Amino acid sequence: MSEIMIKVENLGKKFTIGQKQPYYSLRDKIGNSFKKKEKSGDFWALKDINFEVKKGEVLGIIGPNGAGKSTLLKILSRITPPSTGRALIQGKVASLLEIGAGFHPELTGRENIYLSGAVLGMTRQEIKEKFDKIVEFSEISQFVDTPVKRYSSGMYVRLAFSVAAHLEPDVLIIDEVLAVGDANFQKKCLGRVGEVSREDGRTVLLVSHNMHSILSLSSRCLFISNGKLMKVGDPEEVIKAYRKSASGSSSGEKTLAKAAHYGDGSARFVKINIKNKSGKPIFVTGDDIDCEVTIKANQDISNANVAIVISDEREIRLIDANTLIKGYGLALKQGQTAKVVFSLKNVRLRPGNYIVAVWMGAYASHEIDAVKYADSFEVEARREDILYTAPYPGLYSCEFDYKVEKD
Amino acid sequence: MKSTKNKLDIKKYRIISPPKGLVKIDFKEFWEYRDLLLILIWRNISIRYKQTAVGVAWALFQPVVTMTIFTVFFGRLARIPSDNIPYPVFVFTGLLFWNYFSSALTSASDSLIEDESIIKKVYFPRIIVPISTAITPIIDFFLSFLVLLVLMVIFQFTPNFLGLLLVPLLIIIATITSSGLGLFLAALNAKYRDVRYVLGFFIQIMLFVTPIIYPASLIPAQYKWIIFLNPMSGIITLARDVLLNGKPVDWGVLMMSFVLSLLFMLIGLSYFRKTERFIADVL
Repeated sequence: MSEIMIKVENLGKKFTIGQKQPYYSLRDKIGNSFKKKEKSGDFWALKDINFEVKKGEVLGIIGPNGAGKSTLLKILSRITPPSTGRALIQGKVASLLEIGAGFHPELTGRENIYLSGAVLGMTRQEIKEKFDKIVEFSEISQFVDTPVKRYSSGMYVRLAFSVAAHLEPDVLIIDEVLAVGDANFQKKCLGRVGEVSREDGRTVLLVSHNMHSILSLSSRCLFISNGKLMKVGDPEEVIKAYRKSASGSSSGEKTLAKAAHYGDGSARFVKINIKNKSGKPIFVTGDDIDCEVTIKANQDISNANVAIVISDEREIRLIDANTLIKGYGLALKQGQTAKVVFSLKNVRLRPGNYIVAVWMGAYASHEIDAVKYADSFEVEARREDILYTAPYPGLYSCEFDYKVEKD
Repeated sequence: MKSTKNKLDIKKYRIISPPKGLVKIDFKEFWEYRDLLLILIWRNISIRYKQTAVGVAWALFQPVVTMTIFTVFFGRLARIPSDNIPYPVFVFTGLLFWNYFSSALTSASDSLIEDESIIKKVYFPRIIVPISTAITPIIDFFLSFLVLLVLMVIFQFTPNFLGLLLVPLLIIIATITSSGLGLFLAALNAKYRDVRYVLGFFIQIMLFVTPIIYPASLIPAQYKWIIFLNPMSGIITLARDVLLNGKPVDWGVLMMSFVLSLLFMLIGLSYFRKTERFIADVL
């Protein structure tokens, strides 16, 4: 039986809320000691967390924003102490909670490799030995003596990750850092993480919002919500549970009040309703699907591109329908609501579960509102598909005719 | 998971639990991270000299200007005695140690805030951050020391060469003092952000309460001990007496400064380790 590398027992972290200032001043402290103490509320960022991780496992950690994932990683990395319970960890731990920890813009790439390496826990000797490999992996060898403030963000990320990728800890803790950089380099990093656990038998804890990387990398998965451990086990099962809770019921009209929103909030998606032509949330391959979103403007907005994105369970984007393609930008007055209906015709999605994300922005970099898991729906197989579908997978079910010509 | 068959061998694990009482300083871990200490010192030095256009010149210029002003006003106009040493040499020797002390203290107390982004994202013994910034200004100290040698040549002043051997010991005591106070202030400053303003005022006052512009011999004997509660007073007085005047080492003053510096270190360490684990939460 594999050895247990991490054992977490009844772990909890409490924050005291109700403090107006992020930090105090000595003046206030002295002043307040004459006043009555104000009662402030406690907020449990994590509560009663129990789990174990064995040697060589990659444990994926998922959950909505503010669920306590990062707090958990910070406790296990010893950055912040727990309030209750305890965690046992074996061996050398390295954590990558931020890409480029310790980097200084004035210093050159070479200098930053030493600096960041040391901050992450490497000795000078180790860095010296791995220096060439790090530079090679980062693909920036000709700029190694240029101050990093002159680097493009892509180069910066590549160099930063390369340093981290050459750590040799027994336990590696990673938070979202793979979500940066260009697609090719991301792939390389993911490959590296996989390599680290498979070949070197290292244990990896990985927080990600990208279900695809969780599915492809982790052997077990943990779902945290509101500081509580909701489910732990097989990644596919756990991700399913997460999606279910994130999107609520998978049928009919759904309010987005409780969903995780991104963007500046000058307008918000308030409702989403996905239905077939007869108004029901039942779909088979080839149906026409209506996606109805209700938007409420909190401020005046103009020229907003409204989009819906449909992805499969591995989060591969399949459909992106948006008003910009049709040359339309939505304008709303403060307080006004609007309903945008996307009529998708002959949607030939294969049977399975699909996720719907909604997005609205004035231009690419100006995000007004986005909900990653706004809704989900299931496409059922048609009769003829049921007969023949099994051995022929594929993302898309193309409609086709065929002809046979024999000599 | 109540099965007893996979009972853990606790000794193999590091236990992360809520901090209770006094946390022991982990010297073994500190030693494991010694390279980080060196690399942070090197980072501080190289950033300092890269960011300012004048670089090294600034480290020399600042004490020379201060010395000139002090010489004109306190030496010439106010005619403050200087134990028969040319006033510029006399005051510069004092400033040498004082400048080290004040810049070590100021930068150490700001150090946790400056390196907030690393502290919140990576674990390492936090003590390394203030200690490394307290050690960094030693480089300026040695640069200024060269200036002092030049001044001695200009004023045709022959120092006691045996006194040169005492200088490293004195700067070590100054480093222990400023590291200890720096640890205390760094932890306090992370928690209460107005500490830095108080510190600026404190350093200004201390410049006059420490025998820098005047000799310790000016203080009536029965009050001298008050002055020597500040280890920097002892350090500066010893440097002048031995290096400049060729007097024998006053072991009493040396021991007092050393013991006091250790006391400051002890206070700094114990307050720092009490706050250390929560630093990422308050920053």
